[in-house]
Amino acid sequence: MYQFLTGPLLWLSFLIFFIGLIVRVVWYVRGLSWQMDRVAYTKHVSHGIKGALRSIIFWLLPFGTRRWKTRPAMTILFFVFHIGIVITPIFLLAHNIILKERWGISWATLPGPVADTLTIAVIVSALFLVLRRIAFSEVRILTSAYDYLLLAITVAPFFTGFLASLKVAGYPFWLYAHIISGEIMLIAIPLTKLSHTVLFFMSRGQLGMDYGIKRGGMKGRGLAW
Amino acid sequence: MPEGLLCNKTPVDTMEQLQALLNDRRGVTYYEEMDQLDVDQKALATAIQNTCKSRLRTWLEICAHCGLCADACPYYLVNDKDPKQVPAHKIQSTLGEIVKRKGDVDNAFMQYVMDTAWSRCTCCNRCGMYCPFGIDMGIMFGYVRGLCFAQGFVPWELKIGSGMHRIFRAQMDVTQEDWIETCKWMEEEQEDDWPGLKIPIDVENADLLYTVNAREVKHYPEDLAEAAILFHIAGENWTVASEGWEATSLSMFAGDWAACKMQVETVYESFKRLKPKRMITTECGHMYRATVLEGPYWAGFESGQPPVECIHYVEWVGEALRTGKLKIDPARKIKEPVTYQDSCNYIRNGGLGDVAREIISYVAEDFREMSPCREHNFCCGGGGGLNGIGRYRPQRNKGLEIKRDQILATGAKIVVAPCHNCWDAIRDLEEVFHIDISWSFLKPLLLSMVEVPEHLKPEED
Repeated sequence: MYQFLTGPLLWLSFLIFFIGLIVRVVWYVRGLSWQMDRVAYTKHVSHGIKGALRSIIFWLLPFGTRRWKTRPAMTILFFVFHIGIVITPIFLLAHNIILKERWGISWATLPGPVADTLTIAVIVSALFLVLRRIAFSEVRILTSAYDYLLLAITVAPFFTGFLASLKVAGYPFWLYAHIISGEIMLIAIPLTKLSHTVLFFMSRGQLGMDYGIKRGGMKGRGLAW
Repeated sequence: MPEGLLCNKTPVDTMEQLQALLNDRRGVTYYEEMDQLDVDQKALATAIQNTCKSRLRTWLEICAHCGLCADACPYYLVNDKDPKQVPAHKIQSTLGEIVKRKGDVDNAFMQYVMDTAWSRCTCCNRCGMYCPFGIDMGIMFGYVRGLCFAQGFVPWELKIGSGMHRIFRAQMDVTQEDWIETCKWMEEEQEDDWPGLKIPIDVENADLLYTVNAREVKHYPEDLAEAAILFHIAGENWTVASEGWEATSLSMFAGDWAACKMQVETVYESFKRLKPKRMITTECGHMYRATVLEGPYWAGFESGQPPVECIHYVEWVGEALRTGKLKIDPARKIKEPVTYQDSCNYIRNGGLGDVAREIISYVAEDFREMSPCREHNFCCGGGGGLNGIGRYRPQRNKGLEIKRDQILATGAKIVVAPCHNCWDAIRDLEEVFHIDISWSFLKPLLLSMVEVPEHLKPEED
């Protein structure tokens, strides 16, 4: 069972994850049209790149934009959640040990307490994300079961992984649940709106190019995000 | 029922059609006919298939339903934070549904889409600045308006407006003769006060080709005279075109892309004919958006640039003050507190926030910024065509409250509004709420304080 889950199934998950995301990016770029989007993407490359980078970088910085500044609580929630999700699995010691065993490679790892904190932070911030979906009418009207499902898919690997790492009773169960939920997440990313893993950069870059090339980027100082 | 006589899928291309619409007071029959109008679902599905590509589809798909766009929208804020006014909800429940149902929607749904696209969104693009993904619902509603227009679901005034552009190449029924006559009239009017002042028509190779809004010609021709006087004082080598003189685009508000193309090509044709060094628009926001920013794309220019460098009126004023072509008498600067209405179309979407401030530094002693301001400013409340649509007057007036409160918070007595839509909205705001403010374009302000060179003054008898 363990061999299958961490063997062929893991390969398949990574295959879908990487190929799926590549397809997403290619499809996005191919679907851009200077005439339909009314942005001369290829004619003013330097303005385009500048606009795209500004648009991406300011939004990647906590409190880098007016939105992030005017909603500090959401900003903290948002960044804690996303940083935890991205950093923890990549730099987790346990994952690196597996990599070392399988392929003989590994990289920097997080100290145990840091990894634990990040994991708990992901779970807690997800909980708050659920609460705000219920509590705030402007979020509630947009929310459907699908949004909760995606949150569950995202948090499950962290929850199960954390329990497995604690070696609680029923360890094999939590370990398997962790592997399976991780694989579900990998597969879900390109197939659902979790594809914003890459499409965030595409969409932000596109709007940045729009402002950089057409909407004032050539005349002003660049949009104050 | 199929197509109505007035409300149908056919754009207005003839005087007869136009007159029939104008005769229908307030569009009463027009909207009655709309209740019966069929949706061409196949055409809608095809339009979606052909034009709703990765940018729009991605925006629809990846929206995280986080609600961070909510308070970016003035209509959400001003309507007691009604969740139905959350931009993401507005776009998901309209374009999102059309895409999901592949065009399989009915009349009632299309009327909801129309009401949303024109009375709950002015395409100010503010929400796009507050979405972490950069989902610009103003752009999306611009697109939705195009879908609606093609199906005949468009507010009465905008059907007329786009028809005006199709027939007159102007937003109002102002003919070329009317226009030339107005130029001559305004020129004659100034004879005594401004000897030698000309409104030069069709002069080739001029430094500046001035384009106007038909509204000025029809309702306040003194604006043209003021422009002429300021060019005269500044010693500009300028001209207007006898054809292609009007650079606005109600067709853009209507979503009539074919008319947008016709209109802007007429303007660009005048560039070709007259070969000016630069084109300058009057104090209008959507004109700049239509002819300078969007127009090149409608006309099919891959460069995305108009054939001749185009500037907004504020850019010229900034330049004239900076270089001393226009000199302000410091004693006549405005003493009362002044604020500036940042037009969405040339500030947020045109990057001209700095030059607006530069101008203010020359003309006002006590300048007070609205909060928020510049790119983050709220729409005046009348953008996107909303000022002119009778059906949505209550929604428009409600939206003005946010601007009223912004202005009141500054304590300013004068609102400088170099944009026709903003100017109209603020005028109406004063009419509705009586907050004791005045509002102005730049031209009359500048004329009240500019120093006139001796040689331009009339000789004393």
